[in-house]
Amino acid sequence: MKKTLFDKVWDSHVVRSINNGPDVLFIDRHMVHEVTSPVAFLGLKNRGINVLYPNRTFATADHNTPTINQHLPVADPLSANQLKALEENSKAHGISYWGLGHKKNGIVHVVGPEYGITQPGATIVCGDSHTSTHGAFGAIAFGIGTSEVEMVLATQCIMQPKPKKMRITIDGQLSKGVTPKDVALFIISKLSTSGATGYFVEYAGEVFRELSMEGRMTVCNLSIEMGARGGMIAPDEKTFEYIKGREFTPEGTAWDAAKKYWDTLYTDEGAVFDKELHYTADEIEPMITFGTNPGMGMSISKKIPTAAEVEGAATTYKKSLDYMGYDEGQDMLGKTIDFVFLGSCTNGRIEDFRAFTQLVKGRQKAAHVTAWLVPGSHKVMDAIKEEGLLDILHESGFELREPGCSACLAMNDDKVPAGKYAVSTSNRNFEGRQGPGSRTLLASPLVAAAAAVTGKVTDPRTLY
Amino acid sequence: MAYEPFKVLKSTAVPLPIENVDTDQIIPARFLKATERVGFGDNLFRDWRYHQDDTPKADFVLNDATFSGKILVGGKNFGSGSSREHAAWAVYDYGFRCVVSSFFADIFRNNCLNIGVLPVQVSEAFLANLFAAIEAVPKTEIIVDLPQQKITLSATGASEHFDINDYKKENMLNGYDDIDYLTNIKSEIENFAAQTPL
Ligand code: SF4
Repeated sequence: MKKTLFDKVWDSHVVRSINNGPDVLFIDRHMVHEVTSPVAFLGLKNRGINVLYPNRTFATADHNTPTINQHLPVADPLSANQLKALEENSKAHGISYWGLGHKKNGIVHVVGPEYGITQPGATIVCGDSHTSTHGAFGAIAFGIGTSEVEMVLATQCIMQPKPKKMRITIDGQLSKGVTPKDVALFIISKLSTSGATGYFVEYAGEVFRELSMEGRMTVCNLSIEMGARGGMIAPDEKTFEYIKGREFTPEGTAWDAAKKYWDTLYTDEGAVFDKELHYTADEIEPMITFGTNPGMGMSISKKIPTAAEVEGAATTYKKSLDYMGYDEGQDMLGKTIDFVFLGSCTNGRIEDFRAFTQLVKGRQKAAHVTAWLVPGSHKVMDAIKEEGLLDILHESGFELREPGCSACLAMNDDKVPAGKYAVSTSNRNFEGRQGPGSRTLLASPLVAAAAAVTGKVTDPRTLY
Repeated sequence: MAYEPFKVLKSTAVPLPIENVDTDQIIPARFLKATERVGFGDNLFRDWRYHQDDTPKADFVLNDATFSGKILVGGKNFGSGSSREHAAWAVYDYGFRCVVSSFFADIFRNNCLNIGVLPVQVSEAFLANLFAAIEAVPKTEIIVDLPQQKITLSATGASEHFDINDYKKENMLNGYDDIDYLTNIKSEIENFAAQTPL
């Protein structure tokens, strides 16, 4: 039978299928962080059971950690308590723990690939919806709830009905200034935030083949924002090149054996998807969002659509624009902004910092803009320094913070004040997501850089 | 965490005829910093239930003694938004064992089933019928019969069938959760793991 990439990976991990029920799916690797794990560990304790395979579990602290003065004790007692719980639980169960200040610390979806934990053909879960990031390597990766975190700790399995399959194909060449983030925001604007609910997505076509691994991660990361459980891209030479020689990557004969399996990971010619979508690269321009969900995005040079032009409830649409302080039919270009956030598991990797730096080089940060530049991990932070990007950023008036999720969900002190506008490279622009009353414009690192130096929404292509 | 088996629940109900109730409303993000699963019931619908100064809002249904019971009847698309399981915990810890609506968000439904809250999806018409009946007689009795997969208004005998997959039904009837099931097939999992390189 012809199989899709998704079928191949899923089917090879089914321990058993329950009649009129879910599949029991074996999980190769499990990432945990401080916010969604403490109750799961407590559950294990109450049941009197241990983590079944501690060597398949990896813990890092990221969600509520501060991004300055990480060497000092964490001031917020509730956050400190969650961090302490993760450290103690990891120690008690023999799980590798990359806490605050550890040289491997960083956002869970950034460090996984950096150390080769993320591999093609693997099943990967984490109590965070953007686990879909790891699909860039041809893995099945998705976010889970806390009961499921406990389930995976206890049994290394999860119970899930097999999702439906969708393929999104984009051919052609992206034009200059159009980044992977724009590709993802473009797809979400077409599909809406629920357009892929119930599906697992495979991205195919020239555009995704041409993307770097970092770019592929950005795209897969945002799969969840179109409602999908996850997204994946077939592994190729670029994938193998990226993972080779990393700490948890197999070596020698183990590599050869793994490689043999990885080479089978593609969708067979003629395999059937439940849904197929096609776009072309030349439809895509730099994107920006203007509303309060990631589906409310548009080409940066267009005008905010009128309620009549969008599907769905006009009242919700108006309510959303009211929250943003915008009106239908307005230009986004030229709108004043107050904050810029470069970071998160969507755009907190080295390539994103390179793009941002390249654009701000020789220019100055706009005086009224507060910029938070937050690397996704220590490794990214080190690279920023080693590649000389930090000096350029300093010359342009920018500071670098320490790694973490930061303003992506504003569980720490990095909160955008009420009513203020932030151009953010993260993934959610919900009401209050970046702080109570905050207003978020999601965009690429290039659009963020253009906003940071001009103080307003600016097409980065005009600054080359 | 295992929970009390669910067989036939006869109870009065609390009506919440609002559509698209999202999990941020069920439990706001600032209550996610806990390390134990306690006290979530106190913060169920926190911002709808309490003023900023923590005094109860008199007009919110949970603050109205007229209504009580182990069944929460909500409007369409209940539990949308963030996947936080804390929302289902809050519902359970408050004392609800069953949520009735005409449509549930996927992950919320799943989270409920994992922790012993039965989500019962009914037709729009039956939901309207329920709201009207509770409005007319606040202490009206509703019977949720899991073995028969049937929900009935005692007073009139009006009833409707609801769906649940066999596996989840079996779990709810016995108070098992997925971990109980999986630990029962542990050797099968271990054999599988042995053939799966890290
Ligand atoms: S950066 Fe944001 S989306 Fe990514 S793991 Fe952290 S909180 Fe989740």
